[in-house]
Amino acid sequence: MQTYISDLLVIGAGLAGERMAIEAASKGFDVICLSIVPARRSHSSAAQGGMQAALGNSVMGEGDSPDVHFADTVKGSDWGADQECARLFVERAPIEMRQLCGWGVPWNRVQAGKDYYFKGGERFEKEEKKEKEGLITARAFGGTAKWRTCYTSDGTGHAVMCTLDNRVAQLGIRVLDKKEAIALIHDGSTCTGAVVRCLRTGELEVFRAKATAIATGGFGRIYKATTNAVICDGGGHIIAMDTGVIPIGNPEAIQFHPTGIVPTDILVTEGCRGDGGTLLDVNEERFMHIYEPEKAELASRDVVSRRMTEHMRAGKGVKSAYGEHLWLDIRHLGDKHLSTKLREVDDICKHFLAIDCRHQLIPVRPTQHYTMAGIRTDRDGAVYGMKGLFSAGEAACWDMHGFNRLGGNSLAETVVAGGIIGEKIVEFLQGYEVGFGTKEAREAVAKQEARIKALVNRSNGGEKVYAVREILQQAMMDYCFVFRNEEGLSKCVGILQEALARAQKVGLSSDGRGPNHELAAALKLEGQIKLGLCIAKAALERRESRGSHNREDYPERNDRDWLNRTLASWKEGADLPTLTYEDASPVYELPPGDRGYGGGTIIPADPAKVEAKSSKSKKKNA
Amino acid sequence: MGRKLQFEIFRFNPQDSLSVPRMQSYYLEETDKMTLFIALNRLREEQDPGLIFDFCCRAGICGACAMVINGKPGLACQTQTKDLPEKIVLHPLPIFKLVGDLSVDTGVWFREMYQKTESWIHTSKEVDPTKEEERMEDAVAEQIYELERCIECGCCIAACGTARLRPDFMGAAALNRIARFVVDPRDERTDEEYFEVIGTDQGIFGCMGLLACEDVCPKQLPLQNQLGFLRRKMGITAIKRLVPFLGR
Repeated sequence: MQTYISDLLVIGAGLAGERMAIEAASKGFDVICLSIVPARRSHSSAAQGGMQAALGNSVMGEGDSPDVHFADTVKGSDWGADQECARLFVERAPIEMRQLCGWGVPWNRVQAGKDYYFKGGERFEKEEKKEKEGLITARAFGGTAKWRTCYTSDGTGHAVMCTLDNRVAQLGIRVLDKKEAIALIHDGSTCTGAVVRCLRTGELEVFRAKATAIATGGFGRIYKATTNAVICDGGGHIIAMDTGVIPIGNPEAIQFHPTGIVPTDILVTEGCRGDGGTLLDVNEERFMHIYEPEKAELASRDVVSRRMTEHMRAGKGVKSAYGEHLWLDIRHLGDKHLSTKLREVDDICKHFLAIDCRHQLIPVRPTQHYTMAGIRTDRDGAVYGMKGLFSAGEAACWDMHGFNRLGGNSLAETVVAGGIIGEKIVEFLQGYEVGFGTKEAREAVAKQEARIKALVNRSNGGEKVYAVREILQQAMMDYCFVFRNEEGLSKCVGILQEALARAQKVGLSSDGRGPNHELAAALKLEGQIKLGLCIAKAALERRESRGSHNREDYPERNDRDWLNRTLASWKEGADLPTLTYEDASPVYELPPGDRGYGGGTIIPADPAKVEAKSSKSKKKNA
Repeated sequence: MGRKLQFEIFRFNPQDSLSVPRMQSYYLEETDKMTLFIALNRLREEQDPGLIFDFCCRAGICGACAMVINGKPGLACQTQTKDLPEKIVLHPLPIFKLVGDLSVDTGVWFREMYQKTESWIHTSKEVDPTKEEERMEDAVAEQIYELERCIECGCCIAACGTARLRPDFMGAAALNRIARFVVDPRDERTDEEYFEVIGTDQGIFGCMGLLACEDVCPKQLPLQNQLGFLRRKMGITAIKRLVPFLGR
C-alpha cells in the first residue's frame, strides 16, 4: 500500500489548512496537504464579503481597536464564546491582514477625499483622510460598532486563497488534491495520520505524520438547503467523531444567513447590506428597523434571520413556487458600485436568477450557512482527547464564535487561527518523536476495506444512500432550523435514529469502482446522521434561546443554567451521542450582559460565579 | 409539463478494465430554473449512481465543473437548461487528463503552472506585519484583482487552438497569471525575467491569436487585452536583447 510520511499532515487545503501548513513549512518541517478538490476550489474561495480586523484606517473605523472588536465578537456570540480565544483573535487579526498584504493580497485601499455611502437606503457623505490614503480600507458588516471588514471587491476569500496557495507553492509544500481522508490512524490517545481514499483511482493510501490537522470546513450539506459547497459535508468531523473520544463542541450552534437566494440557496454577501442594501417585504417596504431600531439590517445574522422569519410568519413574505421569501434591495447602490465592489453578486443574479440587480429585487431568505459547531479544541488548537491532532477554521470549535458568529469573523478566523495554531503545531513538533506503529495502521485500513467491501457487495442490505441522506437533510430543515421546540426536536431525534439504522444497511447501486461518488457518499452517511443527531439532541437539551439557537418554548437566554458549551461524543455502537458540558469561557473579560440588539429577556447568572471569573481575567491582564 | 431533455453523456472509467469509451443517453423532464448542476445530480441520484462528474461551490465561483456543453467549454453549474436545445451533449474537457466520465484532472495541471510561472510575489523586502503595510492606490488593487479573478476552470485551455497542437503551450490562464504579477508593484521581477518565463513559443509567442480563450472564459477576464499587452512587452524585450544599445 502506498504510504506517505511527513511531519505534519493537513487534511483540507482551504485557508485555515494552508495557513497552518505555511507556518510549519517555513520553520523547516515537512508538510503534506490533502484536499478533496484542487486547493483553490476550497469553499474558502467562495467567501465574498471580507475579514474583520481592527485596523481603523477608514474614517468610518476611527476609534476602532482590538478591544472594540472583542466586545462586538463576544456580544455577537451571545456570550457563548471562549473569551481567551476571542482575545487572541482580535489582537492578531490586524497583523495577519498586513502579513497577507505582504504576500500579495490586493486589498481594497483607502481613497482620500469626499465620497458618499448608503445606510438603511439613505445616502450619507464621508471624507477619507489624506494621511490614510493607500492603506487597507474596510466596509461595514452586521453586529459591528465600526467599519472593520477588510475586503477585495466581493471576492475576498478567492483573493486570499490565491495568495496563500501561491505562498504554499513558493515554499514547495506538497498539496495533493482528489484525496479524501476516511479515517484517522490512532491508538485511542495519539493520532499518527490518516487512511485516505484517492479520488482518482479509488485506492486506499496511508499517510503517517507526527502531527495531523483537520481543516475541512463546515458541514452545512447535512441540511437540504445550504449556501455551502457540496464538499462541506462533515468529512473531517466524522473521522474525528469516529475515534469515540473526540467531542463536537456546541453542535446545536448552526448559523442561518439572512440572504441565501431563492431558489438555489446560493449566498449573496452580507456586504450587500453593509454597503447600504435593505430588506423589503411583500409590500416592498423596509421592516428591519421596526424590530431593531438601532441596527436595523445590520444586526447580527442570528437576529436578522429570526426577524425575517417572524415577519414572514406575520404574513409579510412573498409567495413563490419555491416557498416564501423576502427581497434584498441593492438597486440604489448604483452601477459603478455594483460592477466593482459587488461584482460576484451581480454575476450570481445574472446567472442563477436571470435578473439585473441594478433594476430588480433579489429574492432571499434565511439559509443554513455556517457551523459554529465543530471539533472541540483548546486555545492552542489541540483537539480534546487526542494527542498529535489539531484543528482550525470552521471545522474546529476553538471557540471564538459561541452561538453566533459575526460576518467577516470566520474568514478572518481561518488565517488568524491558522497562523496562531500553526505556531503551536511548530512548538509541538519541536523535539517531539512518535513511533508509527504498524498495528494501528493495519487495523485502520482493514476496517475501511471491510466497510467498502460490505457496501459494494451489499452484504448489510440494499438501502439506497441518496434516499436515506434525503431523510436526514429534510429532518434538519424541518426541526433544526431558525426556530426550534421540544416537540419537533424529539420527533427529529426519532427520525434520525431510524435513519441511522437504515444507513447501516446501505448497499451500493453502482459497482463502486475507481473514483465512484456513490461510494464516497455511502462512506460518510452514518457519520452525517450522527452529526444530525448531535445537533437535534443537543438542541433538545438546551432549554434556552441563545444566539442562533432559538427555542420557541424557552425564549429567554438563561445564563443561570446554560452559560456553557455542549460537548457531544459517540460511544461505539450507541444510537445517541453522550452529552457533557463545560463552562462557556474560562474567564469573563466582558461579563454576560445585554447585546444591545435582538430583544429578549435574560435570566442572569449567579453573580458570584461571574465575579470569580471576571477577577481572574483582570488578574491575568494586570 | 417541462420539456423532455435528452442527455448524451461521455462515459469511460479508466479504473475499470471492462469500461470502453462511449456515449450514453439519459432522459429527464425539465423543471423551472433547472441548471446542469441540478440535472446531473438528479441523473446520478435517480438513474445512474456510477456517473462521474465534479461540482463544488455550484455558484460559478470555484471552477470545478467545467465541461464541454454542446461543443463549447463552460461551467455546468451556471448553465441553465432553458438556454439549451432539448438534446444536450456533454463531454469532459480535452487537454486535461481524464479521471472518469465528465471529470478531469485540472489540479495537477495548474500546480505545474504555478511552478512554471513562479506564481508568487518576488520581492527582496522583508515584510514586518507589525508595522504599517506598504501603501497602494486603490485603482492598482482593483487592476490586480481584475486578473486575479481567474478560477482555474480550464475552459481557456480546452478551447485553445495552440494547446491542441502543442501540449507544452502555457495557455491563457498561465499568461494571465504572469500579467497579474506584472501589474503588481510588489513584484520586483523585470521584463527580462518575465521574458525568461514566457518569451518562447511555449509562452506568449505561441499564441495564434484565435482568442477562443476570451470567448469561453466564464469570468469574462480580459484575456485578449492581456495577451496583446504581454506580446508587445515581450516583443520589445526581445528586440532589446537583439539590439542591446536600445535598452540602455
